[in-house]
Amino acid sequence: MLEVENLSCGYGSQPIVKEVSFSVQSGEIMCLLGPNGAGKTTLFKTLLAFLKPLGGTVKIKGQSTEGWSRQMLARAVGYVPQAHGAPFPFSVFDVVTMGRTAHLGLFASPSSKDRSIADEALQRLQITYLRDRTYTELSGGERQMVLIARALAQQPDILIMDEPTSNLDFGNQIRMLEQIRLLSNRGMTVVMTSHFPDHAFLCSDKVALLRRGLPFLAGSVQEVVTSDNLKSAYGIDVEIAELTAATGENVKTCVPLMRTEGQLLEGLS
Amino acid sequence: MTAIRTQPSEMPGQTTESSSKRRRMLRIALTAGLPIAVLLLSFTVGRYSVSLSQMVEIIRSGLPGGQPDPGLDSVSTILFHVRIPRIAAALLVGGALAAAGASYQGLFRNPMVSPDILGASAGAGFGAALSMLLSLGPAGIQAVSFLLGIGAVALTYTIGSLVSRRGGAVLSLVLTGIVISTVFSSFTSIIKLAADPDNKLPAITFWLMGGLSLVGLDDLKILAPLVLIGLIPLLLLRWKLNVLSFGEEEAQSLGVNTGRIRIVTIICSTLLTAASVSVSGMIGWVGLIIPHLSRMVVGPNYKVLLPVSALYGACYLLLVDDIARSALTMEIPLGILTSLIGAPFFVVLLLTGKRGWD
Repeated sequence: MLEVENLSCGYGSQPIVKEVSFSVQSGEIMCLLGPNGAGKTTLFKTLLAFLKPLGGTVKIKGQSTEGWSRQMLARAVGYVPQAHGAPFPFSVFDVVTMGRTAHLGLFASPSSKDRSIADEALQRLQITYLRDRTYTELSGGERQMVLIARALAQQPDILIMDEPTSNLDFGNQIRMLEQIRLLSNRGMTVVMTSHFPDHAFLCSDKVALLRRGLPFLAGSVQEVVTSDNLKSAYGIDVEIAELTAATGENVKTCVPLMRTEGQLLEGLS
Repeated sequence: MTAIRTQPSEMPGQTTESSSKRRRMLRIALTAGLPIAVLLLSFTVGRYSVSLSQMVEIIRSGLPGGQPDPGLDSVSTILFHVRIPRIAAALLVGGALAAAGASYQGLFRNPMVSPDILGASAGAGFGAALSMLLSLGPAGIQAVSFLLGIGAVALTYTIGSLVSRRGGAVLSLVLTGIVISTVFSSFTSIIKLAADPDNKLPAITFWLMGGLSLVGLDDLKILAPLVLIGLIPLLLLRWKLNVLSFGEEEAQSLGVNTGRIRIVTIICSTLLTAASVSVSGMIGWVGLIIPHLSRMVVGPNYKVLLPVSALYGACYLLLVDDIARSALTMEIPLGILTSLIGAPFFVVLLLTGKRGWD
């Protein structure tokens, strides 16, 4: 579905991210991990064609996206930004209907068919109760759901989600991941960023790890989310723990280890 | 599977449903009834008052088979050569400024933006002052002021694009617009300094205050097509303005060619503003408060907001122009009135009612 080959991206001519290659199959979830400043956002912006690639190619369904119009790209790739404000108090339904823009002619406004697709998107995420509320008066979690609904109304093949769990409390983070899992079960391909390697264990099929100054890693969760790799990416000691839940399921989790006072002082000198 | 919700949802009850229905009826009445009432009122008021029955009589006599009443000849002349052109000009200028303001507010993602943000008014004002200094005559004043209004925005756009090569297209444009406006206002001041204080300076000053007292049928023949050329593309593209108000990148990710929509919006809004200012002089506040008022009444969706803004703008300026020509024995400059009425009105809007922005 999505193939990235030897991609270099950055601002101006200086690449921030180099030689990135990975592929995501239809219906898979890929979680992009990496420390602040490693270039997650830059990579995302290049995938969404906000930035021109400095080298390499992005292919969707086997076709290079080079030279695609905004409209073509938007029909293939939906973007879910981090929950944000809007300058005007649009209704939730208006915001979701804006997802239909890529399917409209230059001078057209959404038709009744577009509006029913927007309603379906709200239903699919079970947020129909928000339909007539004002977007700017919603909580962060609700806004995030509305932005996902907007991307679903866009009917893309791939969803690109920028930290969908940011600004959410512990319970809502997990509920958000459950929603993302549900979307992928129904065939949606998802690429998302997260600050928590645990999220990769919870819901992703593949993981990509961006590390400052080190080669890009991509592969299955088991391969990439290891104690050594996390240490090289984040600079902290992490252990991967495995346990059997009450349901009998085997689950993995990352346990960060704090340094002692002595180690901290040693690090300073 | 429970959906994410941090607040309990409100089920619309019977009472809120009926009150929202009543509110909608009020909106429709306000949108449809207001223009008709203002229009009828405007035909009658002025230095020379025309009663509604006289007006009906004149219109009836103009229809096929009607008998012209010789007693109404002078009234008919006033109506067709003075009052109706002025009414039409007020409608066109008010509608144009409000539509340009509403479009810019979406484009610049800021409800505090007015149609002269990129320097159109400052350029047009300088153009008018310059042509009056050079004694160019009414047609020349209009042409030069229109062209310099457009020229000022073109300058802003060119410099703004150079500045924004490092990113931030919208902010660069706004900041450059402030610079260009200041430069042209200073040029206008220089002209005032150089102008003959006995006749030219008062003429320039009066022009800059804004007014429609000198508008005739010939002005309308130029103004009306320019307003239509500016307004129609904006109306056609108005759904895209919704998307654009979510910001450059998000609009792109939703499939909008933001660069193209931005330049079309700027060209059309500039055309509207420069055409208006070249006919009416500086008329402030209409482009700022009318989109606000409209947003409070019909909501922020440009599909409805843009046509309603144009309609309310037209009515508002017509109403204020009625006051300008009938409140005192001498004509009050329209630009002064729009500011005097607009500023407190804006404060009331800010204090009461639902806010039109986040």
